[in-house]
Parts: sequence; C-alpha cells; structure tokens
Amino acid sequence: MEVFLQQLINGITLGSIYGLIAIGYTMVFGIIGMVNFAHGDVFMVAAFVALVAFLILTTWLGVSSIAVALFIVLIVAMLFTSLVNWIIERLAYRPLRGSFRLAPLISAIGMSIFLSNFVQVSQGPRNKAIPPMVQGEFVLFTQNDYAVTLSFKQLIIWGVTAVLLVCFWYLVAKTRLGRAQRACEQDQKMAALVGVNVDQTISMTFVIAAALAAVAGTMYLMYYGVVSFSDGFVPGVKAFTAAVLGGIGSLPGAVIGGLLIGLIETMWSAYFSIDYKDVAAFSVLAITLIFLPQGLFGRPDVEKV
Amino acid sequence: MADGVEKVRIDTAGALRDAAITALLAFGLFLPLIGFQTVTNIRNELVLTTRWPLLFSIVAIVGVARLAYSFFFAPWLAQRRLRPVAVTPPAWRGFVGKWFVPFAIGFVIVYPAIVIASLGFGGALKWVDNFGIQILIYVMLGWGLNIVVGLAGLLDLGYVAFYAVGAYAYALLAKEFGFSFWILLPLAGVMSSFWGILLGFPVLRLRGDYLAIVTLAFGEIIRIVLVNWVDLTNGYAGISGIPRPSFFGIPFNADDDGFAATFGLAFSPIYRTIFLYYLILALAFLTAFVTVRLRRLPVGRAWEALREDEIACRSLGINTTNTKLTAFGMGAMFAGFAGSFFAARQGFISPESFTFLESATILSIVVLGGMGSQIGVAIAAIVMIGGTEIMRELDFLKQIFGESFDPTQYRMLLFGFAMVIIMVLRPRGLVSTRDPSVFLKERKAISADLVKEGHG
Repeated sequence: MEVFLQQLINGITLGSIYGLIAIGYTMVFGIIGMVNFAHGDVFMVAAFVALVAFLILTTWLGVSSIAVALFIVLIVAMLFTSLVNWIIERLAYRPLRGSFRLAPLISAIGMSIFLSNFVQVSQGPRNKAIPPMVQGEFVLFTQNDYAVTLSFKQLIIWGVTAVLLVCFWYLVAKTRLGRAQRACEQDQKMAALVGVNVDQTISMTFVIAAALAAVAGTMYLMYYGVVSFSDGFVPGVKAFTAAVLGGIGSLPGAVIGGLLIGLIETMWSAYFSIDYKDVAAFSVLAITLIFLPQGLFGRPDVEKV
Repeated sequence: MADGVEKVRIDTAGALRDAAITALLAFGLFLPLIGFQTVTNIRNELVLTTRWPLLFSIVAIVGVARLAYSFFFAPWLAQRRLRPVAVTPPAWRGFVGKWFVPFAIGFVIVYPAIVIASLGFGGALKWVDNFGIQILIYVMLGWGLNIVVGLAGLLDLGYVAFYAVGAYAYALLAKEFGFSFWILLPLAGVMSSFWGILLGFPVLRLRGDYLAIVTLAFGEIIRIVLVNWVDLTNGYAGISGIPRPSFFGIPFNADDDGFAATFGLAFSPIYRTIFLYYLILALAFLTAFVTVRLRRLPVGRAWEALREDEIACRSLGINTTNTKLTAFGMGAMFAGFAGSFFAARQGFISPESFTFLESATILSIVVLGGMGSQIGVAIAAIVMIGGTEIMRELDFLKQIFGESFDPTQYRMLLFGFAMVIIMVLRPRGLVSTRDPSVFLKERKAISADLVKEGHG
C-alpha cells in the first residue's frame, strides 16, 4: 500500500511532464496532421536553455531566492524555445505544406537528428548535472518503516502543470487564437476563406507547443537535476504514446494519456522490472494503436472514398 | 526584353532589412547554446564559459548568407521561373539515362581494382572498407526497405530490428554451433523474415504515421531486449570474436592453409576486405534483381497497387493482409542478410549498432532517393553515407580552425541538416519519376505529380 501510494505520487509527477509534451504532439498533429518528430528534442533543448539560464542567474548574478530564479528560468526557457520552434516550422515544415505526406515526417526526423547533435557539439556529450534546486519534502505518513513522501519539487511540478493547463485551456477555448486553431483543425481551406490567417495560426500552434515543452523541460531539469543531449528521444516517444493513448487531436486526452503513461511506467518499475520500463510504455503504444486506434478520447477516423 | 526574359529587380533596402532580421533571429537562436557553454570544472561543478567571438561570427555568417540569397539566389530563381520551360528534354539526358546503370554497375565491379591501382594495398584498405563496403551495406538496406516503403507504401521506422535479428542470429549460431557463414546467411534471412511477419501481423490495420510509430516501438523493444537479456546477448558489452567468413572454406589468415598462402600471394588484410566487398556487392545486386523481378509478378503488382490505393485494391479482390505480410517478410529477409553480413564483417556486434538512428538513416535514404526508385536509393546512400564518411577525412580543416577542431563531430549534425535541406528542395526525393512495370506500346516515365504514396 505504502509503496503503491509513493509510486502513485511519482507517477503523477512523471505523467505531468509527459502530458505537457504530449499536448505539443497532439496540437501539431491535430492542425497539420504531422507527427512532429523533433518535438522531443525541442523539449531537450528547452532543458538545456533552462540549465544555462539557471547557471547565469545563480553563479553570475547571484540570485539566491530559488523561487525567483525558477520563475525567471521558466520564462526564459519558454520564450527561447518558442523562438526555436517558430524558426524550425518556418524553415523545415512550412515549405513542405501540401507536399506528399512523408516529406514533413522525414524533415522532422532530420531536424530531430540535427537538434540533438547541435546540442552535443555545442555543449559537449557529457551529462550535465546541477546541485538540487529545490530540497525538502512532506512526510505524508509512515507505515512499516516506509515513509510516503511528497517532495517540494513534485508539488511545484503539479502546481505549475495545473496552472498552465488552466491557462492553456482558456487560450484554446475562449480566445480568438484558440478559435482560429480549432477552425484550422477542422478545415484549413474554409478557415482561410472566412478570414483566418492559416499560416500564422499554425506558427502560433508551434509556439504554444514549444512553450509547453519548455515548461516540461524546466521541470525535468529541476526534478532530475541532470540532462544530456540524448534525453529528448525517449521522453518524446513516450509523450507521443501518451498523445496516442489519449486520442491524438484531443487535448484533455493528451493530459490523461500522459498521466496514464507516467503511472504505468512507475508502477511497472516498482512491481516488475526497471530494465524493461520502456518496453512497457512502447507495448502500451502498440496495443493501443492496434486495438483502440482512435485512443480514449479521440474521434474515430472515418475514411471517405 | 530581347528574348522574353525580364530582368529581375533587386530591392536593396528590403534585402538589407531581411538580412538584419535574420541575423537578429540567429542571435536569439544561438545565444543560449553557442554564446554560453556549460563546462564541468575541477571541483566537478558545472560552470559557464562564454564564446562571444564564435557566436558573433555565426550570426555574421547567417546575415551575409541571407544577403547573398536575396542578391544572387533569389533573382536567379525568379529569372528561371520567367524563362519558358523546355518541352523536350536535352539530348544528353536520354544518353545519360540509357548508359548510367551499365556504367555504374561496371564501376562498382572494378572499384577495388581502381583504388588499389591508385593507392597501393595499404592506402586502399580504408577506401574499400569505409567507403565501398559501408556504402554498399546501406544501399542493400535501402533496397530492402524500398520493398516495404517504396513498393508497398508501408512506412516502417523499425527496420533496424530485422537487421539486428540477422546480425544476432549469425553471431550466436556461428559462435555456439560453429556453422559456416554460407549456412547461416539464408538462415538469418529466414529468421528475420519470420520476425517481420510476426511483427507485421498485428499492425496491418494501421496506416501511414501510425504504422511508422508502432514499427518504431517494435524496433526499440527489440533493442531494449538485446540490451537487457544479458544471458543471451551479453547486453551492452556485445558479442565479440564472431567467426569471419572464409573463401569457400579457405580462411583469410596468415597460416599456411590461409588464402594468401594457398594462392601463392603475400599475406595482406586487404584480400578479406576485397572478398567482403564483392560479397556485399553480390548481396546488394541480389536484392535489386529480386525486387526488379518481383515487380513483374502478381505480388509485386499488388504491392504497388496497395501503395496507390488500398481501398481500390481491396475492392478488386486483392488479399491486402497477405500482400502486406509478403512485403514485410521480404523486406525483413534482406535486412537479415545484411545483418549477418554486418556481423561477419565487424566480428563484433552490440545493441549500439541497432539504434533508432539507423532506422531513421535507412528510411531517409529510401525517401531521399525517391521512393520506389532503385537508382535514387543508391545515389542517396552514396551521398548520405559517403558524405558522412568523408567527414572523417577532412583533417586539413584542422589547419584552418585549429588543432581542437574535429570534423567527425559534425557528421551527424550535417547529416540531419542535409535531410531537411533535401526534403525542402526536393520533397519527392532525388529521382522522383516512376518507372511503370505495365505499359501500353511505349514505356513512359510517370511524373511525380501524378503519384501519391505512403498513405497506406
């Protein structure tokens, strides 16, 4: 029981990070029908930007308040990563819009290879470890000498994720941009005819996706305290799994899928085998696609001849 | 106005403004990761160093490149657009099209001789091994995957799994039971093919991107199993001391019954390399030949029909399940051949050789080459693999950029960049026309605009 509760807490934390990345996949897929393969690497770039910003703040500028530092790091990472993804969309995906379906996927795979190697070349291949940003924890209860704890950093991740999801929901559901996005998702040509700037809307989708990935990257750095250039691929694939599980194109589905994948992974590690935890996530992906291709919350794909 | 070509006007102010904006964006883009570098100091703490000169030179290069684009490249493009399109292609095209393939085949057959003649035994080893064999492995893998992706239109991102099955099948069976290469080569193909059908079966209902992601998941699962099943595969440490293939029973070593002694030659490691070169060349030709012949058989026609329109295919009574499975199995078989060749050539294999990056490389070779075109795939393999291999040879750059400059670091960086650039410039790949296998009276190439693929 106590192990289960602890793993539940850990799983929700991990799942929040996956959920934030998964939204990026699901939004981009919803609007231009493309698996943005480079999204995991955008997340990794964000973690590196957060690392650099954090070091500038703490070692150069001497900011001692962690709360202030974390807030600034988050903002910097979001701004910068948005810029990166905006440029990537302009250079690598926009010229291929309306081209045949595989072209953007290959371009995205190339971009993914480029980004991870860019970080490897510019920052070096070694793991980058920083001293823990946030320490301390609540002991919820102790049973059989096993303390179930909720650490402050887990609380921060839960809180930041929840706040951002509310902002994001507001953005998509209530604002002009969100309406434009939903319109483009349904029918780009029609949206353009009624005066929606389709190109700009798609660009903004990439920007929002990157901003959420940046939050995930910052949280990842804070939670694990270590990041390396190759850290984008596996979380990226797992977040994609989450998006598929929740039903690709569905935003609440992405978050719930993320939480489910996080929970499956931590529970699997606790009760079965930590070596095969990635196999668990990938198997969930395969099983979902085979038996429930539209996911938990997705609309079934109707094929018209 | 003389010959109907209008002079394109250059907007200088606009070009300068664009260049400034681009430079500014580049500055923002590169500031965090090139402007600053995280380094671990002596006390094992992470500290920052700055690289302003590098940052500003990159920003300047980007700005100048943008300026050059608007002054030279954009007018050239615009001018080309204004020029009337030639209706009949120039005569040299037909000549090249006719003689390219025989010439290329002739060239690859005499390639080792050319290299040895010009560089001697010692210098030739690297060129036959790193360039010849390495590129041919990818040509073969590309042709194998071409059956699945290019002909049947099934997007497979886990192709490396079958390559791994072939390699491990050869390595384990050769080490445990001492079977020879010639027995294990077909066996590895059969095993890979079996895995291809096994993994292909559950995913048949999926299409396009979904299929790609599930095959990626399967590829990763196989790799993780190879890493963690230490009893069988020795995990990350890999399997070493894999028996090398012999020349029909005559081993390549310095002994009295070795290849060199048997044929009265001085011992040199290059004989084995040349033998391996012709071996992979033969395997690659086998793949190409089988593919060409299969395209004329009912199953090959069914593959291509499936690629163009699955629903039409089904309504015409083609069994799509069997058609897809044969494509998967056939593609996997060639990967198995290539895998066992790889294990035999290296003498050592580990899960590191079968990462997702390999799958992505092979798929990109197929797509960059123009899906379905065998010549295109071969050219793409030469450009992409040869290009990254040539990066190892650029030591003279050290004289320009200083001793610490290591060109090999930039191999994959440029590889990814090249993938994006080729896709943006030629989204349908290098050779984008289709060569029909059925035609009325006259064989015509099908323009890329008329075909769709990769949706099934």
